[in-house]
This record gives sequence, structure tokens and C-alpha cells, in this order.
Amino acid sequence: MTTNQPILEVKDLVTAFQTRHGDFNAVDNVSLSLTPGKLMCLVGESGSGKSVLSRSILQLVDKPGKIVSGEILLHDAHPAASSDKVETLDLAALNPRGSVMRNIRGRDIAMIFQEPMSSLSPVHKIGNQIAESAMLHEGISKSQAMERAVDMLRQVEISNPEKAVNQYPFEFSGGMRQRAMIAMALVCSPKILIADEPTTALDVTIQAEILDLLQNLKQTHNMAIMFITHDMGVVAEIADDVAVMKNGKIVEVGGVRDIFSNPNHGYTKSLLRAAQDTQKPSDRRIEIRRARPLGDPILSAKSIGKEFLSSHGFLGLKKETFVAVDDASFELREGESLGVVGESGSGKTTLARCIQRIHGIDRGELHYRNRAGVETELSRLRDKELQPTWREIRTVFQDPFASLNPRMTVSQIISEPLLLNGMTSKRQRRDRVEELLDLVGLPVESMERFPHAFSGGQRQRISIARAIAPEPRVLIADEATSALDVSIRVQIMDLLLELQHKLNISYIFISHDVGLVRFFCDRVMVMYKGKIVEAGDTESVCTDPEHPYTKALLSAVPITDPSERGTKVRHRYVADLSDVSANGSV
Amino acid sequence: MFVYIMRRVLWSVPFLFAASLLAFAIIQLPPGDYVESYAARLEADGQQVDEVRIIALRDRFGLDRPFIVQYWKWISGIFQGDFGLSFQWQQPVSELIGDRMFLSVILATSTLLFTWAIALPIGVYSAVKQYSVGDYVFSIIGFIGLATPNFLVALILMYVGVVVFGTNVTGLFSPEYANASWSWGKFIDLLKHLIIPVAIIGTSATASLIRIMRANLLDELFKPYVTTARAKGLSEFKAIIKYPVRIALNPFASTIAWVFPQIISGSTIVAVVLSLPTVDPLMLDALLSQDMYLAGAFILLLSVMSIVGMIVSDIVLALIDPRIRYR
Repeated sequence: MTTNQPILEVKDLVTAFQTRHGDFNAVDNVSLSLTPGKLMCLVGESGSGKSVLSRSILQLVDKPGKIVSGEILLHDAHPAASSDKVETLDLAALNPRGSVMRNIRGRDIAMIFQEPMSSLSPVHKIGNQIAESAMLHEGISKSQAMERAVDMLRQVEISNPEKAVNQYPFEFSGGMRQRAMIAMALVCSPKILIADEPTTALDVTIQAEILDLLQNLKQTHNMAIMFITHDMGVVAEIADDVAVMKNGKIVEVGGVRDIFSNPNHGYTKSLLRAAQDTQKPSDRRIEIRRARPLGDPILSAKSIGKEFLSSHGFLGLKKETFVAVDDASFELREGESLGVVGESGSGKTTLARCIQRIHGIDRGELHYRNRAGVETELSRLRDKELQPTWREIRTVFQDPFASLNPRMTVSQIISEPLLLNGMTSKRQRRDRVEELLDLVGLPVESMERFPHAFSGGQRQRISIARAIAPEPRVLIADEATSALDVSIRVQIMDLLLELQHKLNISYIFISHDVGLVRFFCDRVMVMYKGKIVEAGDTESVCTDPEHPYTKALLSAVPITDPSERGTKVRHRYVADLSDVSANGSV
Repeated sequence: MFVYIMRRVLWSVPFLFAASLLAFAIIQLPPGDYVESYAARLEADGQQVDEVRIIALRDRFGLDRPFIVQYWKWISGIFQGDFGLSFQWQQPVSELIGDRMFLSVILATSTLLFTWAIALPIGVYSAVKQYSVGDYVFSIIGFIGLATPNFLVALILMYVGVVVFGTNVTGLFSPEYANASWSWGKFIDLLKHLIIPVAIIGTSATASLIRIMRANLLDELFKPYVTTARAKGLSEFKAIIKYPVRIALNPFASTIAWVFPQIISGSTIVAVVLSLPTVDPLMLDALLSQDMYLAGAFILLLSVMSIVGMIVSDIVLALIDPRIRYR
């Protein structure tokens, strides 16, 4: 087989969803091809049709979606499981439930998904789920298939695979689950692997490992991989070819270096710019700081600690606790943006909730100096005594869909904190809502509409308007931009910077994304397992990290430049290995 | 797993004690006692009631002793297998219940199997083919089944049985087997007689089970792991049976808890209408006549059944759902 011969060719594919307003073409006249041993990245923002395209190839589009026209040619396919006859098949013409299509799924073309937890059955053992395809497609016995499963788990670098086959998905960590998922997809040595955002739900350090793994497997198995992502950093790290998708159409295809060095389409350019912008400090922030230097500390934490009860033990006799925040000390200055980075479960959100005193604080002190200059110690206060502070320390949450009440209009949502603040005049509130909408860049007409009428970015603007309504001095942004597309993300961060400039707000910016923190924050704290392992000026932490965990974290962040691929030495933090031997105790 | 089971069993001990105390308190609650209602019945029949005899009866049954003493006497007897004497039947309670218990268990188990055998496949069908003609038909039949009182169905079937087929559908045995010892013939006779009560008692349970199964499965059908199963190349049928149906079945383990008490009180009215020789009518009778020890035994049995049912369903759930086992 010559290597440059495509194995899969998609020609003029149209996949439509039937709606009451006529057909909506989620995939609109798309053509592309996959070659063995090559990794094609399909990039685009949410709703661009990437996932629908990938599912169309296997005819797995959920109703009411349907392939309307076009061809999906799979070369060198075995239509029957038994015979060795080889021919080119048009997958688009096959019956989605027919045996020919089913034989191709899992055997010739396999797929892995974004959420490794929900994509694996929670009540079946890992080994069973991996062995299943092998038994199905190769007709081998159960014991042979289990041996194969053990072998596959070893290939995806899961330690102690003999034990892992008898474990359940919930006993695995996120990274291990995705490895198991990959093992499951590769058990029949498929020629094509379709990976739908396989690392989006994972921490960067684990993402880096999964990307390495896929690169290796691509070479050892000579597989064609279609890798769907929205992250240009990941593209730069692993792609051989890139296809950029927008509104169901492919707007640009090419080799990864060409696309990055010489993008043709305006959309590709804007994606790249958005990605590269967030890898350096924001110019605007530096400008703002020059105009107004940071003020005095307004919030200072001394050795804050927070524990959760993790087990009652037998009959409540033996209580076990889990230390979520351990001995955290820091200061936040007026007008400053303080970043908190760390992996999921590192205690970032718990720390934020302790600062806002949504959680109680078990140990340590938390001092807050209010607008009038009066300092209060918050850690021991009761809810009632916290009321005035709650007006001044506010939060913007991660999920713009879940954090707005769908049954309230935008004006009701934004004016609620005003009402609580004692602004009883309807007229006054209306004026203030108008002013706030203007501040966050939304039209005044949005007032009477409900949240569902807005996109993710617009909803996040509404959340911000609600948060700044009572004129807070500290705003905690808890992964406030994580759920947004890259281009929107930059807009929201720019908005936050402008608000800081106008209203002199201090931010605590929580993120798992080091790039965003570098863009947005003056200082940064790195959290690992509840502890602040390193803190300091963002630029110096990012360029010259001291703690080994910070080094590991930074070295795992993909660089948005394919020409620098492989130049970076990856550090592994030793304590990270706990991930590999994780058990189900959490 | 062992620790989990031990914990469940140990926790049930205080509950069992509280239940027994409560059971005894409940049968003491109504004003008067067995002797009083016995006397009232005699008077209603026009007989003279001798005051001295009543006091003698009270004394013999210990009815004038303090509550706690009576309770202690009762509960310590139970530990030795002595549930006391039924005032009305003048027989040991354990014998009275024991005879009928076996048939009750048979009736309840067959009803359960019947319900599951019918409801689960229909529920799966209704969910997979949501909003199809079949789904609507089963939903309509199901709601009718839910809405019709069991005893009404029993009466109708009795009428139809007698008038159309000329057979007597009541009881669990034909007259010739009623007092015979166990044989193949008697067993087959029992099975024949079981069909109608099982169908009657099972209808409403079947109907609600169909709805539960349909709802459970609809929650699971569109989860990503189903797509994963399809992407592996599993046939549609196998993908659905092995994954979402398996997971949608887990909540059913919890329903075992309420099957146990139903052995005793699940079909009282139907059993009375069809004059089934199960424990249900006996319980009703005992409650009506304030037959203290018999009623007390029933209430205690109901509580014990509920608690045991709860333990069994917890253990079954832990067996079939690994996520619960490891918590």
C-alpha cells in the first residue's frame, strides 16, 4: 500500500437536520480525505458541524439528522466479515443498521469521544467493554478477547492491566478512562480512528500524555486519524493536515505548517489570532496598569484551610476528612487581577468559595478592607454579618447556560441583586440595568428577553452584568471563560479588563488554562492538591517556574506554533503518577 | 461487600425493635379489647353476658396488666416461636398464619414474575419506539389498567367465569384437592387456579411498571455510552439490551422492598372477593374483631417484611450496580 493513497474520501457530503423551519444543513457540501499514517485535525467553533461530520462517516447521526447526499468512500474495505474480498464501499449509501455498516464500525473505523466517563458504561467492567468488539468482529473466544484487552491496555500505557480489566470506569481517573476508551477503539486494529474532542475534558498534563499516545499509535499502527478539536494549540502540537470548518462548510484545508504560517481564509486567521493572543500578556492590561498602578491590599488570607468529610466510616465511628484547601495565604490588591491555576480537583473553586465565605473556613484568617477602609475578619462571621461583604465580593460562574434562571428575563436577572441592595424604585433599577447592559456591550433591547435567546458569550455578559450590579470591589471569575469558544473568550476577557479600568475592580481569575492567566493576570498562584505550591508575578512564574509541578504544568501546555513542535522538553511531575495508579476511593 | 451487608443487617436491629413496639402499641390503640368486643357480639346475638366470666377471661388473657408487661410477655414468646393464641380461633397464631403463608408467598411470587415478564419488554418497546402507534396503544391499555380497581376486575371475571364458562374461578384449589395432601395433581390444579388472581392483582402493577421502565430507559437511551456501543458495531438490539436496558433495570432492585410486605397485604380485597385461602383475609378478620395476638402478629410480620425487603433490595442493588458497592 502506498502511503499517500487516501483510505477514506468524503465527497460533497450533506447531512441535514429536519426542523419545523425546513432542513438545516449541519454538514454542507463537505469534501475531505484521510490518509494512513496521517493525522487530520478538524477545527472549528461549537456548532460548526465538526461532530456531525465525524458521526456521519459512521452513520451514527442521531435523529432527526440524516445524510442527504454525497459519498463517503472507504477503500480496501471488507464488506463481509468472513470473506477476504476487498472493494471500495460508499458508506453513505449503506443502511445505517445493516450488517455491512456494523462490520465496518469498530473494525475498520473506530471512534473515541469527548467525555470518557459518560461514553463508557458505568456498570460493565473495562475488560468486558474492550473485549466486546474483538469478540464481535473476529469471533474469538472470551478468554482470547480478554487477553487481547489486557494487551491493549498495556499498549495505552495503563499500569497493571491485568487488574484494570476487572475494574469499573468509575475506579479510573479521567486520563485512564480516556486511555481505556482508546484501547477499546483500537482493539480490532482499525485503519481509521475518529477522535471527537478526546482531550477537551482532561487536564493539560493528561492531555499532553494522551496526545503523545495518539501520535505513537498513529505511527505503530499506520492509522489515519481524524482529530476534532477547537484548540489551535492542540492542532499545532499533533496535526499533519488541518481542515477548518465553519457553519457546516470546510473553509480551508492544508498542511499544518502552511495553515499556521500562511492562512488564507479570514476565519482561519481570526482563530489563529485569538489563540496566539492568549499566549502573552494582554497589551491592554499593561496599558491600564501604567495609567493606574495597583493599590493597597484589600483582601488578605492567612493560612486558610478547608476540609470536607469524605467518609463516616463504619456506623459513623471513623470519620475521614479530605483537605480541599491547605494553608493558603495570599493578598489581593486593589485593581489587581490575581490568577489561580491548577488541575481539576486542586482546590481552586473551594478556595474561591472560602474567600467569598460561601463555605465556612476551618482554619486561618481572612481579612477584608471595605470601601470605607474598615477592615473585617471574615472567617468567623455568620451569614447575616456577611451581607455587606457579599455585596462587594461577587462571582461569575463557569457555565453560562446553568447559571442563569431560564424563567427570568434579563432585566429581572440583573436587577435582582439591586433589589436586595435596597434599590426599591423601579425606575432607578431600570436605569441601572440599562447602564449595566451598556457596560457589558449588550443592546438595551435585551432587557425583556429570556436567557435562551442568547449565545454562550452573550449569556456570560449577562452574568457579568449581574455580578457588577451592586458595584463590587472584588470579582471572582471561576473558569468564567472556559465554556466559550476561543474568539468569544478573548472578547469576554477584554470586557473584564475594560470594566476593571472603569470600575477599579480586583479580579480573582480561576482557570485551568495557563495561557489565559498569562494574558489576563498580574500575579498568579499555582495550586496542586489543595496547596499553593508557587505564587508570584505571572510573567516570571510562566517564564521561570520554580516548583516542579509548575514546570510540568507549563511544559504540558501546547504551543500554538507547529514549527516549535518537539522543541520543548516535557517535565513530568512525579506526584502525577498517582493518576496512573488511581483507585476508586474518591 | 461483606462490611456493607453487615452494616445493613446491624442497622436493621433497632428498626425491628421499634417496629415490634409500634406494632404492639397499634393493636392496643382502639378503645376496648377483645373481651369487650366478644361481649358486645354475644349481646348482639341476644345472649346474656356474665360479668364474672368477662373478668375471668380478662385475667386469663392478661388484658388487665400494664402495657409494658403485656408487651414483654408477647415479644419474649415470639422469640420462642410462640405468637400467642388467637382469641377467635382458639388456635396458636403461628399455626393459623403458617398454613396460609405458603400460598401467599406463591401468589405474590407468581404475580411478581407475571408483572415483570409482561411489563419489562413492553416498557422497553415503548421507550425505544417512543410516540409510535404501539407506544400509544400500550400507554392507553396501561392507564386503563392503572385506573380500574382490582376488585372490580375480580368481580367481572367471576361473573364471566360463572355465566360464560360455567366454572367457578374462586379459591386456589378445586374442592377435591382442597384438603388433600400435596401431589402433582394438586400442584397443577393450583397453577390453573393461580392464573386469574395473578392476572387481576398483576394488572395495575404491570401498568405502572411499564411507565417506570419506559421513563427509566428514555433517560438512558441517549447517553453517550449507547453511541459508543453502536460505534463498536453492535447491532441495535444488542446495543440497547446490553447497555441502557441493563442500567435502566437498576432502579427495579429498589422495588423489591415493597414486594415483601405485599405478600401479606397486597391483595386483601381481591382475596376476599375470590375467597383465596391466603393470609390477607385472615388479617382483615383479625383487625375487625380485635383479635389482639393474631392482628399483632400480622402487623409485626408486615414491619419485618418491609425491613427485610429493604435489606434484600439494598444488597441486590449493590450486587448489580458496582457504583453503589464501592461507596
